[in-house]
Amino acid sequence: MRRTDWSEVQLHVVTGKGGTGKSTVAASLALALAAEGRQVLLCEVEGRQGIARMFDVDPLPYAERRIATGLAGPGAGSTQGRPGTVHALHIDPEAALLEYLALYYKLGRAGRALDRFGVIEFATTIAPGVRDVLLTGKVYEAVQRNSRNKGAVQYDAVVLDAPPTGRITQFLNVSDELAGLAKVGPIRAQSDTMMTLFRSPRTAVHLVTVLEEMPVQETADGIAQLREAGLPVGAVVVNQVRPQDVAPDDLADALAGRLDRSRLGADLESAGIEVTDALLDGLVAEARDHAERRALEDAQRRLVADFDVPVVELPRLAGGVDLGGLYDLAATLDEQGLR
Amino acid sequence: MTQGTSTRRGDRSRPRVGPLAAHPSPAPDLDVDALIDDPATRIIVCTGSGGVGKTTTSAALALRAAERGRSVVVLTIDPARRLAQSMGIEELDNTPRPVAGVEGPGGLDAMMLDMKRTFDEVVESQATPEKARQILENPFYIALSSSFAGTQEYMAMEKLGQIDAAARRDGTYDLIVVDTPPSRSALDFLDAPERLSSFLDGRFIRLMLAPARGPARLVTAGLGLVTGALIKILGAQVLTDLQTFVAALDTVFGGFRQRAQRTYALLQAEGTAFVVVAAPEPDALREAAYFVERLRGDRMPLAGLVVNRASPAAYDDLDADEAMAAAQRLRTRGDHELGAGLLRLHADRVRLVQREAGLRARFAAAHPDVPTTTVPALAGDVHDLDGLRRIGDLLGSAPATG
Repeated sequence: MRRTDWSEVQLHVVTGKGGTGKSTVAASLALALAAEGRQVLLCEVEGRQGIARMFDVDPLPYAERRIATGLAGPGAGSTQGRPGTVHALHIDPEAALLEYLALYYKLGRAGRALDRFGVIEFATTIAPGVRDVLLTGKVYEAVQRNSRNKGAVQYDAVVLDAPPTGRITQFLNVSDELAGLAKVGPIRAQSDTMMTLFRSPRTAVHLVTVLEEMPVQETADGIAQLREAGLPVGAVVVNQVRPQDVAPDDLADALAGRLDRSRLGADLESAGIEVTDALLDGLVAEARDHAERRALEDAQRRLVADFDVPVVELPRLAGGVDLGGLYDLAATLDEQGLR
Repeated sequence: MTQGTSTRRGDRSRPRVGPLAAHPSPAPDLDVDALIDDPATRIIVCTGSGGVGKTTTSAALALRAAERGRSVVVLTIDPARRLAQSMGIEELDNTPRPVAGVEGPGGLDAMMLDMKRTFDEVVESQATPEKARQILENPFYIALSSSFAGTQEYMAMEKLGQIDAAARRDGTYDLIVVDTPPSRSALDFLDAPERLSSFLDGRFIRLMLAPARGPARLVTAGLGLVTGALIKILGAQVLTDLQTFVAALDTVFGGFRQRAQRTYALLQAEGTAFVVVAAPEPDALREAAYFVERLRGDRMPLAGLVVNRASPAAYDDLDADEAMAAAQRLRTRGDHELGAGLLRLHADRVRLVQREAGLRARFAAAHPDVPTTTVPALAGDVHDLDGLRRIGDLLGSAPATG
């Protein structure tokens, strides 16, 4: 595992295959970044209100809302340990377009006329490129906040809960996406400016995976595509890792079906548990299942190590991910230097 | 339809094995074998949110049905590479190909959907060659046909319609199993045809067509404002491309709408069965719940819910807290690594199993009449027919019928 300095990164993009927990990772990362008084914005673009559910707040409007206090540092109480703040923003393309028109073209009335004529629905439906430019455009604005947006919060970092791995390069590569549609014109110029940020070291695209064959393969493909497009790959976040507290020798024995039952029995007895054959059988069977899974995970972990990308690992939370779980995961990210 | 036999009281009160053993659920069992054996079942649509194992489930269902005697074709969207290879469909040629290695009396063909090609073929069948060429070359058509959110869903349905028509005409297949695209939301799939036609019917489209249609139509102030704004944002060339595209596509609009309606009717027809696939996770089950309600609302025939990737049952005579406390005691004393490790594992597994059972029970409480079956997670990924057979066996042997 390689440790990297992420402190220069202002935009953390979090992607991952469906079912790997990318939204959970994005939320935890936002909490981890919001330490030492820092202001962090967590954005979602897929209209699922996942942030509201995770943080147990009302559905988010298209406006930045303060939703949580960041992770408290080790020196809690001192200035250093003072947690920061996480704001959240639910970006929807139609609202983003109206705001964009008002902000950059002073098109207040015409903007509403466009809406009335269904142009906005049309534009955001037919051309995913346009849709993506609007979504990423808002993210860009939050990162590059300037005098145009008076009185808005200035963020130290922005975390984007982005579309899945299969679509991420296309999503961020807005100029290419628009190339076929708009060769010149203002929207083209705007997307070129955005690309400059996305391709710079101020951006990092993190890929979330679990240690299974398909997600790992998709992560490998995703990394290759990002690199080809000149987009900066951040870390691979290996999520839902199984507990590691059985010794390698015992794992091998469990897999081979020759676990030392008398030793296990003695251990259990010494813990004050009444030992029965059924209990021993049950635990030995569970150990075997676990060892099988671990062997597969280890094979995938070796593949991940070959990606030549910093790797961080997050444990599987047996009780599910609640708000407390998010802070636990944030602390784990922080320990591994992803903050 | 066929669930009657498995919902009898007697079946349900029998002791169960498997993940639900400790937590009887009020949901009736989904009898997968009865579903696939019933000759009246002509189409099975597997749907659910992304990452829940839809593709594997549909392939396993199709293989099982074939090996139990049906003539089956499975339409997959985006299978894992090795699974596609094992089924002989790594080439994207939009035509069903026979799968080698199927045992028993039936047969299995498989195909992988080529979204763009399907769309192109629809255009070609609806327009004159000249018009078709104009449409196919337009940059907006290219964007629409290769990445429009919903195109994949729409084209999957289009292809289903084509295969169904051919099967009825030539008697090639008596069962079609359809996998649905890996959308964020399962609802995208039902909404796609409606979205595409409402989009094509939209005010803006009509607006763009207006100059070409009405003789000397007055340009309203509103329209001037809109056009002005568009030129300002997109540039004049883009607007011209857009106008050309809309005008060209207009000729095939009627065709699209009719086809969407036909497919919708096909989905509602008797002989179609929806199988909703989920994982025992809050998000996936929430999606499944939305989808079940939506299917009901649209009067679509729902066969039941498959909960994939359930954690395998734990030894149930030692609870999680007790195991955890004992593990803690051993850890503080040291030198009992094996016992402490296995107790910790056990505690973890019990918690996971309980949590999943709780999630399923909540779903069942809200939807007590949705037949459900639970498939335990396999240790490895599935990438050959043997793996599919194992999943098929697990799907077929519903807990209470074993």
